Amino acid sequence: MIAEAGLAALWLAAALSLLQLGLGIAALKSSPSLLGEGDHAQHGGGVAEEASSATPPPRYAGSPSPSPMGRMGDAIRPIAIVQAVLVGLAFLALIQLFLRTDLSVKLVAANSHSLKPWLYKFAGAWGNHEGSMLLWVTVLALAGAAVALFERRLPERTLIATLAAQAAIGLGFYAFLLFSSNPFERLFPVPAEGNGLNPLLQDPGLAFHPPTLYFGYVGVSIAFSFAVGALVTRDVGTAFARAMRPWVLGAWIFLTLGITAGSYWAYYELGWGGWWFWDPVENASLMPWLAATALLHSVTVLATRDGLRAWTVMLAVVAFSMSMVGTFLVRSGILTSVHSFAVDPERGAFILVLLALYIGGALTLFGLRVGTVKEGSTFEPVSREGALVLNNLLLSAVLGIVLVGTLYPLIVEAATGEKLSVGPPYFNAAAGPLALVLVAAMAAGPLLRWRRDRLREVAGRIALPILVTAIALLALILFVPGLRILPLLGLMLALGAGAASLAPLWKRKLLRTPLFTWGMVVAHLGIAVALAGMASESAFTKETLVAARVGETVSVGPYRLRFASVEPLAGPNWTAVEARLVVSRGAGPPFVLLPQSRMFSSPPTETSEAAIATRLDGQLYTVIGKPDGGGRWQLRLWWKPFVTLIWLGGALVAFGGFLALVGRVSRERRSVRQEAWA
Amino acid sequence: MKRLFLWLPLTVFVAFLATVAVGLRTPPETEIRSQMIGKAMPDFALQPAVASHPPLSAGDLRTGRPRLVNVFASWCVPCKAEAPQLMALKRRGVPIDGVAVRDRGEDVARFLADWGDPFERIGADPASRFQFALGSSGVPETFVVDGKGVIRHQHIGDIRPENVGEIIAAYEAAK
Repeated sequence: MIAEAGLAALWLAAALSLLQLGLGIAALKSSPSLLGEGDHAQHGGGVAEEASSATPPPRYAGSPSPSPMGRMGDAIRPIAIVQAVLVGLAFLALIQLFLRTDLSVKLVAANSHSLKPWLYKFAGAWGNHEGSMLLWVTVLALAGAAVALFERRLPERTLIATLAAQAAIGLGFYAFLLFSSNPFERLFPVPAEGNGLNPLLQDPGLAFHPPTLYFGYVGVSIAFSFAVGALVTRDVGTAFARAMRPWVLGAWIFLTLGITAGSYWAYYELGWGGWWFWDPVENASLMPWLAATALLHSVTVLATRDGLRAWTVMLAVVAFSMSMVGTFLVRSGILTSVHSFAVDPERGAFILVLLALYIGGALTLFGLRVGTVKEGSTFEPVSREGALVLNNLLLSAVLGIVLVGTLYPLIVEAATGEKLSVGPPYFNAAAGPLALVLVAAMAAGPLLRWRRDRLREVAGRIALPILVTAIALLALILFVPGLRILPLLGLMLALGAGAASLAPLWKRKLLRTPLFTWGMVVAHLGIAVALAGMASESAFTKETLVAARVGETVSVGPYRLRFASVEPLAGPNWTAVEARLVVSRGAGPPFVLLPQSRMFSSPPTETSEAAIATRLDGQLYTVIGKPDGGGRWQLRLWWKPFVTLIWLGGALVAFGGFLALVGRVSRERRSVRQEAWA
Repeated sequence: MKRLFLWLPLTVFVAFLATVAVGLRTPPETEIRSQMIGKAMPDFALQPAVASHPPLSAGDLRTGRPRLVNVFASWCVPCKAEAPQLMALKRRGVPIDGVAVRDRGEDVARFLADWGDPFERIGADPASRFQFALGSSGVPETFVVDGKGVIRHQHIGDIRPENVGEIIAAYEAAK
């Protein structure tokens, strides 16, 4: 019954999404005067942000309106909310089926097993194609409902167009689920036992990583729908940008967290000792992040200075397009990757049609309409806007490099039939230098004034960070000879950018500094910290690969490891061999690391469970491999100085985003309240 | 000019769609074909792998008659599975030479005793160097080489009973 109830809820949600779209179109049509009636950009033009935020546009939304358009429009918000509730119920039903291991449901039988620990039964609900697509539409609907519930600043016609666009996206993916990937399909006869979950996915990381990433991926859909709404109503201006910014920021925080967590997960679970592999699926998460990061900065220019109108709309479309392209690349099996668990050309074709409709539609709308959006205000090259434009260009260039590298094998195969793969050498060489320039721009940008600045004054503000950079370069060349060029520049810039990122706080009363400024400082500092980790990892990692007998001692970096014993071991649904490594460093007390090599029976797979010791100055990473038959075991050992900074930096970036979000939202609240008092 | 520029994103996207649509239509194939098909065998001279068989060198493959070159190893399980098919090919008069990859003499001898010996010559390739020169990425693989030493056909993976026909056809075509 649960499966049928879930399916029914899914159908109802799909029907409501159709209604939401239809009502939206009808409401906009029945009141043509509301279409394309100039834009609301007058508010912010030429005025600094602090001044303009005191005059937000009037609150259209939610107020009872007598016209038929208003009534239809009023219905849209509740519909969006109920739709989210229904699809949420469908998702809970699927989780319930997995928790009970209801093997009469095909998806459960194919991906679960009664002996699995409950956490993996729970997370197994989205560790497969159908479940992850259901999570996708659930998040999509939740995001739409959040806009319906909380968005009060947008003019009503833009809001209606936005929710209609959101419903249009949802509709396609409901159709995809219901017609080609039904998660609730029954299976007859009922098998005695399920097939189990891919053991690589049996990790607590699975419970958190995909939902976080999906909130980011799909959260960007809001920006897309906002952009479509703004194009339909030709309303691109500061008010639109200020309304959109918190949503972009929220999705971006989740994307940042998701990528950071995913990187750490791959690092410790795959047992290769690497933290980024330029795997197509990693790229699929990185590309929306790059676009969303660019969007975040350009939307600030639009909100504050009313510049970059067309560009911001374009980026909003691109960011979500990248999310959908990522989903397509992963789900179609068109690119081989550790993540592609559904290799199915028919599904691929379905998603491709959806992509053509949505992205093609949005870009056509862009081509038709954006020419009629009035040009925003202009600015001097040496200014905050100028730095943000540079940031946008560089981010877009990196995005282009990653996109071309990801698709290049496809392009070549389509053109010549030849098969090849593109790996880290291309990505590092092409994107690395640009990323370093980007960090340099990030260091200088916040120290520039809006609108116009003088180079000489800028030089004065930036002198100290430049001094730090120069000292860092000198020290690195003197004390650490033989560094390769990218790690050298990376370490140098990390120090310089770290100093520069704190500079906006200098000579300010820290307690009176707005929270969103703190957010920017923390996020930029996080980038510098992560860069330091990456450069240090690539410059100083020590690797030891040996075949060792029990009793032998090997060393890696500052550590000596005695291979004390190797024991068999059994878990709930696996067996393993576990090595006992007694580790010592200098005269410090020895400690024990227990790397395992696990064998799962259903499906038959082996995984390496690395044992990692985290210290203040880095991580010792140990993996046990295969026996050679002659009494020796492969041991793979790495000492990675300061590698943890990579993920600490990522977390800081996300935390900075969170501070900025809280700061922005509370300021908006305050300005609304002031208006009410006025 | 500016108007055209606004349509650029759509143009790029349509190009993307066209590319992946082509990609979707070609069936996913994970095999990596040798780049050497249609080219002459590289010059080589391998050491003998076992005392019982003469070693293999480039000259042995330019005898005017096509031959099969089977890349195998005693440690490779699918190689055992394809042994009956190789024996069947030998019985039908197809000359076969072997290349033992990353192997030891005594292991190869035991493998031949246990699973049958279809080979006329066997060369040793202890570091996979010759295998890579052939464009072979795994074991077992079987190459049809014509009488002039040109590689005509590559079979990836073990030869199943249903593959024997196509190997014989490739052998006949190489004559």
